[in-house]
Order: sequence, then structure tokens, then C-alpha cells
Amino acid sequence: MSTTNINPPTSETSTFKPKPIAEITSAIVRFAGDSGDGMQLVGTQFTDATAIFGNDLATLPDYPAEIRAPAGSLGGVSGFQINFASSEVYTPGDTVQTLVAMNPAALKVNLPDLERGGILIVNSDAFDATGLKLAGYTSNPLEDGTLDGYQVHKIPMSRLAKEAVAPAGLKPKDAERCKNFLALGVTFWLYDRPIAPTLKWLDAKFGSKPEIRLANELALRAGINYGNTAEMFQVHYRVQPAKTAPGTYRKIRGNEATALGLMAAAWKADRKLFYASYPITPASDILHELVKHKNFGVKVFQAEDEIAAMCAAIGGAYGGAFAATGTSGPGMDLKAEAMGLAVMVELPMVIINVQRGGPSTGLPTKTEQSDLLQALGGRHGECPIPIIAAQSPSDCFYAAFEAFQIAVKYMTPVIVLTDGYLANGSEPWRVPRVDDLPRIEVNNDIDPETFQPYARDGNLARPWALPGSKGLAHRIGGLEKENITGRVSYDPLNHETMVKLRAAKVAKVVESVPDQKLLGPDTGDLLVVSWGGTYGTVRTAVERMQAKGASVSHAHLRYLNPMPANLGELLKRFKRILVPELNLGQLLWMLRAQYLVDAKGLNKVQGRPFTIAEVMDRIQRTLDGEDD
Amino acid sequence: MATLTTPAVSLQPKDYGSNQEVRWCPGCGDYSILAQIKKALAAVGRDPDQMVFISGIGCSSRLPYYMATYGIHGIHGRAPAIASGLRLVRQDLDIWVVTGDGDGLSIGGNHLLHAIRRNLNIKILMFNNRIYGLTKGQVSPTSEMNKKTVSTPYGSVGAQINPCSVAIGCEATFVARTVDMLPKHLEYVLQRAAHHRGVAFVEIYQNCNIFNDGAYKYMTDKEVRDDNLIELEHGKALIFGKNGDKGIRLGSGYRPEVVKLGEGGVSLYDLLIHDEKATSPALGFMLSRLRYPQFPEPIGVFRAIDAPVYDALIDDQVKRLTAEKGPPDMQKLLDGPDPWEVE
Repeated sequence: MSTTNINPPTSETSTFKPKPIAEITSAIVRFAGDSGDGMQLVGTQFTDATAIFGNDLATLPDYPAEIRAPAGSLGGVSGFQINFASSEVYTPGDTVQTLVAMNPAALKVNLPDLERGGILIVNSDAFDATGLKLAGYTSNPLEDGTLDGYQVHKIPMSRLAKEAVAPAGLKPKDAERCKNFLALGVTFWLYDRPIAPTLKWLDAKFGSKPEIRLANELALRAGINYGNTAEMFQVHYRVQPAKTAPGTYRKIRGNEATALGLMAAAWKADRKLFYASYPITPASDILHELVKHKNFGVKVFQAEDEIAAMCAAIGGAYGGAFAATGTSGPGMDLKAEAMGLAVMVELPMVIINVQRGGPSTGLPTKTEQSDLLQALGGRHGECPIPIIAAQSPSDCFYAAFEAFQIAVKYMTPVIVLTDGYLANGSEPWRVPRVDDLPRIEVNNDIDPETFQPYARDGNLARPWALPGSKGLAHRIGGLEKENITGRVSYDPLNHETMVKLRAAKVAKVVESVPDQKLLGPDTGDLLVVSWGGTYGTVRTAVERMQAKGASVSHAHLRYLNPMPANLGELLKRFKRILVPELNLGQLLWMLRAQYLVDAKGLNKVQGRPFTIAEVMDRIQRTLDGEDD
Repeated sequence: MATLTTPAVSLQPKDYGSNQEVRWCPGCGDYSILAQIKKALAAVGRDPDQMVFISGIGCSSRLPYYMATYGIHGIHGRAPAIASGLRLVRQDLDIWVVTGDGDGLSIGGNHLLHAIRRNLNIKILMFNNRIYGLTKGQVSPTSEMNKKTVSTPYGSVGAQINPCSVAIGCEATFVARTVDMLPKHLEYVLQRAAHHRGVAFVEIYQNCNIFNDGAYKYMTDKEVRDDNLIELEHGKALIFGKNGDKGIRLGSGYRPEVVKLGEGGVSLYDLLIHDEKATSPALGFMLSRLRYPQFPEPIGVFRAIDAPVYDALIDDQVKRLTAEKGPPDMQKLLDGPDPWEVE
């Protein structure tokens, strides 16, 4: 393939000569650089422009745990991937078609993911002796043949950026920092993206710093002009807008969607949302989002620790608020004792776990389906809690909303599992109309004459009697309570009754769980069963295998406890069952235990999502009888 | 002791008690505390339906079950955290935390510290018996050095923590100490706490007659107590002793010292004057350090100042932002800053 050495545009080449545009149906682009290079920012800008242009898309940010890892090091590489298309997109994609690498370390880390023949855009200025040494290159990959087989575009971005932004009058170091916008400009040109959303963002962000605003615009335009005029690019691409259902759309990240789902639930119940949380990666953005909305009456409490956040949620729920807390795995460990109290006092609240690689501190910024079994059983005693797992960034909204519906209907804490991949990933979302969302009925109007703290309704829910109500004063707590009266009781038979009642209540949630649907025929050689954030990848893999004629269907579970009523029967209609998970087989364990089926796992714990190819390969091997 | 303000409701102390059987050991100091809480609440006229008692784990933490108010018997050490959540969503309730020395200063130290430094509008009653009672007699963070217990048979070696010093160190806006066996004083201090807006921390010396009997004998025995305790009163000199002839003076190096009035020319004017409203916590902190047997131990209100209340400040922000941003529009929020239409 062509390795083009290119000079910056000269006055002759900058004469406007539009280059041909090739129509394509999808593209996968990854921006990679040092964590100080602003890759998440340009990735987000590219995404915004793409969303507004009307493509369907999915994104995957991938950044180091350290805020500032050593500059230029392999550990400091930050990446942002976007898959966009003129049809529906379910994943950020496997192999990358265009890679932007801002330094040698970024090239080294990301090159294995670039497809053969793919486009590679590098900042050649960063490939000096120091940069190469930091990345562990003994010779310059731009010159030693490493990149043979790729379409390599070497652009002296640092130098070009400095020259382009000269009119803004920045200090040289600040001017050089604009190279990320130069890179963005090149990709804007390459994929024919609109520039307006980014200019609007610059206005909002740097309104008070006109010189910075101007510099970034100059760099962006320089990148676009460079693509248009430099002789290195022969063609650029257009991905037509996706044909999607009519409506109002926005781009949304998983954590944003979770926050909005919690707020919308409180709104539809005419309640105030109370969110107590302790900062933790990758869940903190929920806290940051909610605190913006105090004018909705949202009360946000940054507690002194995870335990306090959980306890504060219990206090808030007792007071009648829609109470929630959010965290990640290590925080769930700490909350476990208080979650037991929440189960015992039977108050409604939502616990969000944005899962990450574990155990212990593990991989804070990387994704893993780490905590399903913890959600199911990670508390002492018989301590059942309903579990819902979100399946895409925008689905986090509905998962959070439904969690409150269940919490209030059954007077129980509910766990929502999302993960780092969903939390930071984004996609276009057809925004629901608030009027179309179901009302959440809450009843705190209780007759003091007949009030009993642990009397139960048809859903086995106890009354939500709020302090301050006349004649309803009662005491709740962690000690076992006498059935109906709620008095402290050490009676052995009463304890068994109460344990069974709490279990029966959570089992009864199944009445609010829709029957499991399948993608594909309802009988066949193989059923692939997945849950949570792997939805897009597994679905795409199954669809591609179906297109090849394979007898395979897909069941993606959103409800993990209780699981849908018809699931056991569905499982028995297939010859084989495959459960792909980003853990060592937690859903697999549950399915085998609950339904006595000989399911097999596809398991990966590398802090990264599955690729479609990995899942397809395993499906093929399973169909070929590898497990038989 | 006189009621401080006119009651809002007119109830008898017994009206604050629930029908649950009280299950503390016979002779426990907690009985007296429970009785004085009911008296104080009746005196200040609180409506039980507007009150919530929240506790952790330990003997003291059983108290909410015995009140005819709302209540949560929580988990070990976490009562201030549960109370924080309730306080933030409900400004209208009167919230009291009941804790002990192990619950509040060992397993729950972090929550206590933060509830205090935030100045949440809650009362915190710490029953300090200087021992673990419910778990049968282990050493507590407030146990004196070299204490022999089941978990320290050769004597404890960790230094003793002083609850009022901790509270004042966190700049609690109300800090007081009282004793289970001095019911009048106990009731007075509880009334004072009831009227405080902001966090009110009350340490109650409490006798555990099973595992640490007589821990406060020096404060409660009629023969010696006047020489061993000193009652703090705002604006008054620090005088104590059976004959009222001893006092506390600030000596050289800002060290407090016990002096005898009339000896060596010491007069009333040489004594420290208590100022519970001092902005600086320094005086209150110094007084909280006075320990038997070198000094008489102070009881009464160390500190009672007005300061912005956390939950009220949060509410102010909500009001200010609502005024600035206008009434909430959920659809607009969901649509986000940059929605686009697909026809």
C-alpha cells in the first residue's frame, strides 16, 4: 500500500479542488494519543458531529487509570473509538479502519487493532528519538517497513498546528497543544463531517478565552484544508445518515442515561430524587450529572464513604424520597452490610453498580461483567435483591427507571448493573416523550387505624409509612421483626416465615418481568444467552452467523433476578447453549444451577469487550461440536 | 429544672414511650437516660410523630424501640449516615441519633466526624460507659489506659479517646456532657440540645453495672462528687468543691490549674469565666481536656454557637438554582443541549 511522504500544503496546492467522495455504509475510526493529548475530547467532537449528521453510532473510550501517566509512555495511551454507519450500529466495532496515532506509544498499542490496508494517520513530529525510546521502538516504524500494508499518512501535526494558530498569538507550547484539533480536522475532511457542532462547542467552551477559541478553530480548519489539498489523500468518504424512526434524537453516554433515568422515575412519581454517592471510577459521572439539576429538587450527597452513601440512601428512602446510590465493585463490597439493612427494613431504593475489572482495585477504568454473583448473593443471610442489567448506553435510562418502578411496587432495594463500557460509551438515542413514560404510583396514604408496619399487600410489599405522618409512628431496624406487627422477634419460626416472605416477594417480581424474547427461531442447534453490556457484540455476531445460515438464536437477559418466567422452557428448546461473558462464567453458573442445563461459556477477562469475531468464532466451534 | 420555651404539644413523659418491653440489664444507667429523654421531650413539647430516633448497634442503640416516635435501629456505627440521608430529604423532622462509645467512636468514627463537621441539624446522644456492653465486656476506645477486660487481660495499652474533645475538634456547634445519675442536669442538657439548631453532641456518662460498674463513682458519689466535677455555666466563673471555694485558673503557659479561693491572694476575678458562645473552640477544647483526678471533670455545655446548617445550605442552593434556571422542564432535560429531529 502507499506510504506517502507529504509536505505541508503550499500556496499552489491550496487552490480549491474538491476530491472525489466515495460512498460507504460504515466506518470505524480510533483516535489514540498520550493521555494529555486530548483524544477523548476530539473523539467526543467527532461523535457529536457524526450524531448530528444522522449516522447511527457507538463509541468506546479507553483511557488509563492514572490522570497523568508519564507522557509518551505505553501506559499513558488514551484511545477513543467510534463506529458509525448508515444502518443500525450495536457495537463500537472490532477492527479499526482508520487509526489516528499522535505518538509512537499510541501507534504501538493500537496498531494490532488496525485492519490490514487500513488508514493510518500519524503525527510524524512525535516520532523523535525520545518518543521512540519511550514506546520501546528500537527503530522508527515510520521508516523500517513496520507499516507496510497500511495506508500511512505522516503529517507533521505539531509543526503545522503551531504555524496554523500563529494569528491567535498563543505561546508556542499552547499552540502546539492544538495539534489534536488539527488531527480532528483531517478526520472531518476524510469522513466529510459537519464542522458546525464543533464551532458551537468552541463558542460555549472558550467564550471568555477568544484566543484559545480562535486557535482551535484555526487548527481544525487547517486540518480540513490539509486533507483537501495535500496530495496524500486521493479520496474521502461519506457515510449516509441512517434511516431511523422519526423523533427527537440526542447523543447519550451510559452514565448520563442512568442519571436521567433516575430523575425521570422520580419525576413520574412526583417525588424528589435523593442520590448519595462516594466518588469512584467509573461511576462518578452519575454524581456529576445529577448535581447539575438541583432546580429539579434533586438532592445530591457526596458522602464520607461508600458505607455512608448506602446508609444515607436508606435514610432518604425512609423519609419518602426516591433514593439511590451509585458505585462500582469495590464500593459494592463496602455497601453490602447496609444493603442487608435495606432488605430487612424493606424500603425502596436503587443501587447502581457500574462494573469494572476486579477484584480489589483491579482495573478501575476497564470493563468487566465482574459482579453478577455479588449482586445476587454478596450479603450475609438470605438477602435477595432484584437485579436489572442495562444492555446499551441509552438502555441505562430505562434500566434505572424500571428499577424504581420495581423498588416502589415491591418495597425493595433494586440493583442496576451497568459497566465501564456502557457508562462511557455513547450512542444516538431517540428520546422518549415524558408524557409517554408510565406514571409510578406511590402510596404513602395509610390508615392509622389499620396500620401494621409489616402487613403486606398483593405484591407482598409492606406499607411505606413516612415519618411525620400522624399516628403511624413505628420502629424499623436490622433485628428480625415479627410478621405483620414489626415488633422485634427472636422467635425461630417467625424468622423462617420472614426469610421466606422476603424471598417470595423478590420471586414475585417476575410478574413485572416481560417474557424473554429471542432473536431468531425459537428452536434450533444453538441458543446464545448473554446479559448486560455485551448485547451489541453478541447480537451482531449472532445476526452474522444467521446470515451465513447457522441455526443459532440469541436471548439477551435484562432481568437477572428474578429471570423471566419462560426462560427455563426456552433453554430446553435448543440443542446447545452458549453463554458469552466478560467474567469466568457467572450467568453460566446461575443458568446451570437454576435450570439444570449443560450450558457452556465463552469467557474473557481482559478489561476489554468481546470482538464480534471472537463471538462468531466460538459460535462456529460450538456448532461444530467442540463441546459435545 | 425550668422548661426553656413553651411546649408545642402537651404530653406527659410516658406518652413518649412505646409498648415494647425494655430489655436493658436491671440497674443499667440507660434507664435513667431513657426517662430523662422522655421528660425533656415532654417539657419542650415535641410531637412524637415528628420525631425520629436513629441508632447503631450496642446497648444504647436499643433505645429507638422504646420510644413512641419513628425510629431506625440501624447497623453498627452508621446511625449518623442514616440520619444524614433522612435529614437531607426531610427538613421538617426532629432527628436524634443515639450511639455509644464503641458504636460512635470505634466502628462509626468516620460518620460521627463528618456529621459533626458538616453541622447537620441533628442531635447526637453518645452514651459513654467506657466498655463494650452488648458484646460482653471488651475494651472500648474511651476505656482508661491499662484497663483489664476480657480482650485486654494484661491491661489495655491504647490511649483513651475523649468524646467531647473529638466533637469540639470537629467544631461541633453544640457540645455538652452530662451524667446518667444526675437526672436534673441530664434533663437540662437534653432540653438545651433539643433547642439547638445544627449538630448537638451530648456525651452522657453512663454506668454499666455489669461490665464496668462504678466507672463514674467519682462523679456520682455524694461524698466526693462536688470535689470531682465542675458544672459549666455560661458567663460564670469556674468554681467547684463542697464548699464552693475552689476554682480553675489559667496558669503560666496557658495551663489550667486548680486554685483555692482566698489562698495566696486568689480571688474570684482570677478564675476562668466560661463562654459557651466563643467563636473559637479553644476554650471549650481546653475544658474538655480536664480529667479526674488532676482536675474536676466539667459537665454542662462546652460550646453552643450559631453557624450555617448543612441541610439548610443545600436547600438554599436548590432554591437559588430554581430561581436562576427557572422551573424544571423534564422533556427539555431529556432532549439534551443538542437534539436533532429525524422526520
